[in-house]
Parts: sequence; structure tokens; C-alpha cells
Amino acid sequence: MEIFNHDSNINFLGMRKYSIAIAIFLMVASIGMIAFKGLNYGLDFTGGVSMLVNYDKPVEIGDVRGALAKGGFADAVVQSLGGTREVSIRFQAKDDPAAMQANGTVNLDRVSADVMKELQAARADAKLKSRDFVSAEVGAELKTDGTWAALFVILGIMAYLWIRFERRFAIAAVATEIHDVLVTLGIIALVQREFDMTVLASVLAVIGYSINDKVVVFDRIRELFRLARKAEPEEILNRSINNTLSRTIITSLFTGITMAAMWFIGGPAVHGFAITMLIGILVGTLSSIFVASPILLWLGVSKKDLMPVTRDNPELARRP
Amino acid sequence: MSDFPRWKYALVALVMLFGVLYALPNAFIPVPAVQVSANRGAPPVDQTLRQKVETALQQQHIAFGQVNVQGENLLATFANTDVQKSGSDAIKALLGDQYTVAFKLQSTVPAWLGAIGARSMPLGLDLQGGVHFLMQVDENDVIDKQEGSYADDIRSLLRDKKIHYESVVRNPVRGQGVTVVLRSADDRSKASDDIANEYNDLLVSNGPNTADRYVLNAVIKPDKLRDISRGAITQNLQTLRNRINVLGVSEPLIQQQGESHIVVDLAGVQDPAEAKKLIGTVATLEYRPGVGHPGDPDARAAEKSGNIPPDANLYHMRGTGEPVLVSKKVIVTGKELVDASSGIDQQSGTPKVDVTLNAAGARKMSDFTNANVGKPMAVVYVERVTETKMVDGKEVRTPKITESVINDANIASPFGKQFQTTGLGSPKEASDLALLLKGGAFAAPVDIIEEGVIGSSLGADNIDKGFKSVMLGLALVLLAAAFYYKLFGLVADIALFFNLVILVAVMSLIGVTLTMPGIAGIVLTLGMAIDANVLICERVREELRNGSTPHASIRAGYEKAWSTILDANVTHLIAALALTTMGTGAIKGFGVTLMIGILTSLFTSVTLTHAFTAAIHGHRKLKTLSV
Repeated sequence: MEIFNHDSNINFLGMRKYSIAIAIFLMVASIGMIAFKGLNYGLDFTGGVSMLVNYDKPVEIGDVRGALAKGGFADAVVQSLGGTREVSIRFQAKDDPAAMQANGTVNLDRVSADVMKELQAARADAKLKSRDFVSAEVGAELKTDGTWAALFVILGIMAYLWIRFERRFAIAAVATEIHDVLVTLGIIALVQREFDMTVLASVLAVIGYSINDKVVVFDRIRELFRLARKAEPEEILNRSINNTLSRTIITSLFTGITMAAMWFIGGPAVHGFAITMLIGILVGTLSSIFVASPILLWLGVSKKDLMPVTRDNPELARRP
Repeated sequence: MSDFPRWKYALVALVMLFGVLYALPNAFIPVPAVQVSANRGAPPVDQTLRQKVETALQQQHIAFGQVNVQGENLLATFANTDVQKSGSDAIKALLGDQYTVAFKLQSTVPAWLGAIGARSMPLGLDLQGGVHFLMQVDENDVIDKQEGSYADDIRSLLRDKKIHYESVVRNPVRGQGVTVVLRSADDRSKASDDIANEYNDLLVSNGPNTADRYVLNAVIKPDKLRDISRGAITQNLQTLRNRINVLGVSEPLIQQQGESHIVVDLAGVQDPAEAKKLIGTVATLEYRPGVGHPGDPDARAAEKSGNIPPDANLYHMRGTGEPVLVSKKVIVTGKELVDASSGIDQQSGTPKVDVTLNAAGARKMSDFTNANVGKPMAVVYVERVTETKMVDGKEVRTPKITESVINDANIASPFGKQFQTTGLGSPKEASDLALLLKGGAFAAPVDIIEEGVIGSSLGADNIDKGFKSVMLGLALVLLAAAFYYKLFGLVADIALFFNLVILVAVMSLIGVTLTMPGIAGIVLTLGMAIDANVLICERVREELRNGSTPHASIRAGYEKAWSTILDANVTHLIAALALTTMGTGAIKGFGVTLMIGILTSLFTSVTLTHAFTAAIHGHRKLKTLSV
């Protein structure tokens, strides 16, 4: 069975002016989104309020969570503590707008009173044991670590593609990669999806996914250049994209299926991961088809750059 | 049977067997337990202690599974966390401060699996919860120390400037700084200027003067005081992180709560009693000039009469208990060292700790030893222990500092940066001390004021939903592959299943903590692993279309797809590798999962499917392929 016509010959490179224009627009818009709207950081990045609540009789964690959700504290982390009569609750203070004071600080008494009201509405035997501010779970070092990691990825992938392919492929791959990550982050900022550790992990995974996608197309480009007698770059690139189109879409669909299942029924634990990944897969797939190859063409890729080194190295050719 | 050698079949079979065996322990669910281990000086854990614990639990009608002695520890298992809590309380009340009592999840993996090194993956805080500690940071101690050292500094400053003073003492009220008493108004104004110039963080003001007593108050500025306590907490958080890293717990939660509390949640701790000791122990070494030798007549006389020279402390030798006088002056403390490791001293055969000092400490040490060859130097072991007593049904904690001299010997020759300290009781004590010293000292003493088992942060319903979605997602991909690529798709499905098994096996073997993002990472890896099969299948189809025979198509399909698969996976691997360099646990664990997944999928998607494909198609004459 085949969904895609294997003889497809769509002129993707023909629309390169439009596709690149759209890509640049999306990137600029994403940078704007991240800069002006910002990311909606989650509890693990910001810290928040921590409360310990005692119950006279054993309590179900699910019920506590339900009572909190009713009062607008749906994102609260609820954990049992040493048995079934004490719970630890952590949440961001911004979940309770009424407790925000004019000078930007949080009225701790007000927050805990609001939360206790919700809890006592559900269970009259709920008693506040202690409340306090808690710091972020991740330190400031995450930012520097993240920067180093991103730099490592960019340099590592560039170096590998430079050696295995050629300079232009390395540049095109990394440029498209940056586009994918920025646009994914831009969309997250646009819809103000909560940005927590899981989403961060997912954004970083998008890098891995999308580079995978690009390399498959690049591999075919290299192969076709080497095989073809008359190599018109634009035609070779178009044929490469068309030849791998079926694979590009099938793989995206397969990976997409798993993430979609997690998004639809996975609940809050995997929701953020799945939606970020879905966005990333969509952006990555589109950029593999529409963005990476046009950049390659503009950089001036040609047959002679891709022939095995021994043949066009005059030094070696002269040897007997 | 052309192109697939026998040894590769054997390899595939072996790897599959390995996967199943080492993934198996994850099917056994651990049970709640309480672990008891003996503190220094306490009688070791033995059968009599086991009897005692069992009887106590029976008397209080606390249902327990088993009480066993395992090596140096006692382990009692319980049916659920509620009983576990009451069990722990009962055992703590019974045994007192001589033993460390800690919560644990005891593995139920059969012994034969354990014998081949197979173990289950510890589950993270989000899936299973873990042990929870609330620690109180004693900021007063930092202020005490800071004010004490300012008093010393001012004394030596006045001496240097040749200003006569009557006394320089710390104000008995904490936070009120240092009180200097001078003999004239002139001296006072000179002292005031000098102190203010030398120490920017001190606020100097004149106090009331009576007759010939001119009082000067030097108080630490409020900003600075706040900085000091904030700095102490930050440094304590770092020290805790270092120490917990040593334990090898991945993805711990360490955060500041309020002004002076620290929360530590640990998942999947193998030896929680050890963990508790390591995070809660405040112990360090101090190197000080000795006054005489242990058991000297002077020291004995001081012990008897209580007349201790003003510039010395009277301590006792660890082990022999002999009295010894040690100067109050500290040459170097544990805070000034950069590395410590334990070992056995070649000459005496006793346990030792090798110490490496930082530059400042090394300079002080070499200055002192150069000037004092032949004179004694003492090594003081300072430990802060918290005694818990029940008063009126409430737990009352009193911190107590114990100091003992572990070593007092003459300096044979000058030394500086690196040296060794002997005199510790056992190799275990030496290695514990090395760990503590290496992890860094606490800037302010901490006490564990609350501990217990904390439940999963995601909640049972969310975990359930997450698992269901993961299963559904995988099932859908398996179906889709079988539907789209028929027989080749089914082979890919088998590969995907074994990919999951081998991935879980490797993760268990390495001891990666499993979290929800980790599970998402596994699913993502599997979703992407099928990419290699898609590449192969598409190539085989292409070859068939170009008119190749079925056997040739399979061979060419695998050959041509291989270079693409390799390039795609290596670049993906570089991206995953970067994630593992990130310090934060959750991201690191995710990166490790991706990395292992990429490697296992290279094997299963290519070698394993090739083996199956070759076995199915190998001996038959083929007209078409089911792809």
C-alpha cells in the first residue's frame, strides 16, 4: 500500500522565494513573541508557595487536587506526606491574583487563606500546618548550562556534517535548526502554554528530531549528485525532496501518532511534552521540505563539491 | 541464505536474551520498609536488636511483613505507607539517637536476578515519591562566628596600631556586634577611625562613657548581616547538592523554603540511612597548635583542677580518652580544603584521610609548620549532633557540639598543600569523613527537623492516564507500520518491541531514574526508531520498482539505507549528548534516555530486522516481497 505517488515531482525549489520569505517572517515574529510576550514559566522555574495541610481523617490526594482545581489552582502540585493525613501543596502565587500586592510581592497570608477556603469547602477537617515561600527547583545554572548545550549541539552537528558532507550542508542544517527551535518557542509563547522542565526537554528533543529529518534529505542530495551525469543543482534538489517525501511524511506521521495519543488522553503529566513535540514535528517537517534545500541552493551547492575527495585532489591524482 | 552470517544471528539472539533478563526486575514492585543502621559508637545491628524491634512492633499492634538483618542494617517491611510511618515512629522511640532510622522502598526482585546484577529502575519523585527531609538552617551560628571573628580582628588591629584598650568583647546580645572599651577619648576616636576604615561592613558608634571607660560599639551593618545569612543558605544548598551527587541520586529536589529552611526530596535511594547521615551531618576538621602532648602532667592537672590556660581548650583523645590541651588558635579548618580522599596509611596500617588545601590554607599551613618544626600540632574532629528528647509528648531538639582530638603529634618537617591525617577509628569512618570534607562544609549548621515519605507529585490518576496514552500511542504505531509495510512492518514491530525491552534493560543496568518526562522520552525514541525501518522499507520498494529481484532489493535496501541511517542517528546522538551535559537532573535523565534509545534502535532497527528478514526470506525463491 502506498499513500504517496512515488513519481511525484513537485517543484518545491520553484517556490523558494515564498517559502524563505515565510520562514524569515515566522522567525522574526517568534523572536518578537519571545521578547515581548515572554514564556509563561512554570513552578519549577519560578518557585512559589508551599503549604502543609493536615486532615483529621485520611484524605485522597485526588480529592485535594479536585478541590484546588475548582478554586483556580489547577496547576498545584499535591503530594502526600508521611501517610494519608498530611498533604504538601505547591503552586505559583500568580494562580491567586487577589493576593498579588501593588508592589509586586505576594501576600502569603492571603494566599494561604484563599487556598484553605477551597480545601475546607470540600473537607471541613482540613487544617493549615505551615506555609512558606519556596525557591525555584532549578538554579540559575540552568541558563548557562542551556547556552552551553545549545552551542555544543550547533558546533557538534556542524562539525559532523562538514566532515561527512560539505560546508554548505552544515550551514544550511544549522540555520534551519535555529529556525525550527525559534518558531516552536514562538508558538509556545504565543499561546502562553506553561513552560516547565518537561516542555524544555521537549524543545531540546525537537532539535534532535528535526536534524534527523534534514540529514535524510541531504543524504539523498549527496547520492543523486554523485550518480547524476549532468547535475543541475535545482533539479537534483527537487528530485531529492520528492524521492524522500514519502519517508519524510510517514515518519512524521508515525512519531506524530504517539505524541497525539499522549496529547489527547495523556493528562497534564505529558500534555506539555506532547504538544511541544507535535509543534516541533510539524515545523521540522515543513522546514525539511521547504527551507533547508533552498538555503543549500543559495549557498551554491554543486556536484564537484560532493565527489569523493581523492578524485578532485590534484595532489593525489598526480600519483601513479 | 546468502548475506547474513551465523554469528550475527547468535548476536541478535544473545542481545534479545540480555534485554529480557535485565528488563525483568522492573516487573517486581518494591514494598515500603524502614531501615535501621547503627551510629558511631552504638552496638552493631544484630539478632538481639531484631528481637527487640519485633517485640516492640508486636506490642504496639503494628502489622509488619518481615524484620531482617541485612549486612550492617536492619530492615522491617510494611504493607503500606501509613503502617510504615507508625512503624518508624515506634522503632525511633525504641532505639533513640544511637541508631539512624530511615524510610526505604525495599526491592522484591528475586535473588537470582540480583545475583547477575539485574535490578529495577528507581522511579522518580513524580511517579513514586521518595524520602522527604525538611532542614532548618541555624543562621545564628553564622552571626555568632562572624561577630567572634570581628572581635579577634579588631583586637589585632588595635594592637597593630598601638592603641591601648581595656577590652574587646562580643556583645552578649546576638547581632549587637563588638564592644570595645578604651582608656581615653583620644584613643577612642583613633580606634573608631581605624576600625571604620579597615572594615567597611561595620557601623561604629560611641557608647556611654563612665570615668575612664570610653565605650565604642562596632555593629555589623544590617545589609551585610542579611547578606551573610543569605550567603550561608546558598552555600548550604550547594553543599547539599554536592553531597547528594556523591550518593548518586538522580533528580533530587533541593530547594529553599522560607527564610531559613531547606527541602530535600530524594527518590530511589538505595541506602536512606546513609543518605540521612550524609546530608545531615555537620562534621569538620580543625588543625590547631598543640600545647604539650596528650596525657602530659599539665593537661592532667588542668583536667583535675579545671584551671585551663586562657588561650587553650581541654579536649580528650579519641580512643584513649587522655586529656590534651590544644591552643584556641586555628591554623586551618575543613572549609579551606579542596579535596579529600581516604585510604590506609602504609607505615602504620591505620585508616587515613588525604587532604589537599586551597591556596590560602596551604600558605597558612606552610607558614605555621615552617616556624614550628618539632612542636606539636593537633587535629580536632568537630561534630554537631542533635539530641532528640520527648518532653511532654513533643520532640525537643538540642544541638550539641562534640570536639575530640584524633591526632596530636610533633611536626617532623614542614608541609603545605597536601598531607595526611591519621587517627580515625575505622576505614568506614575515614571514608565518611573524606566524603563530608569533599562535599564542602556547611556554612551554617543544619538540623533535620522533619522527615517522612512523600507521595508522587503527579498523582495516581495522572500517572495512569500517562501510561495509558503511551500504550495507545505505541499500539497505534505498531498497527500503522504493519498496515503500511505489511510483513516488513510486522518485522519492524518486533524490532520496536525488543527496542523497548533492551532500552529498559540498559537503563535499569545503568540505574537511570525513571520519570514521566523519561517515559515520554522513551516513547519519542521508539516513535523515531521506526524511522530507520521506514527508510529501509522505502528503499526496498524503490529497488523493486527499479526492477531488482526480491533478494537483491533486500540487500540493496539495507545497504543504501545504512549510510542515511548512520548520518541521521549520529547527528541525533550529538543533540542528545548535549542534553546529558546539562546539570539539571530531569533534562539530564531525558538526554540519557534519548542517547541509549538511539544506540539500541540502531541495533534493533537494522541488525535485528535484518536477521528476521533474512530468516524469513532466506531459503525461499521469491517472486514478490510483502512490503
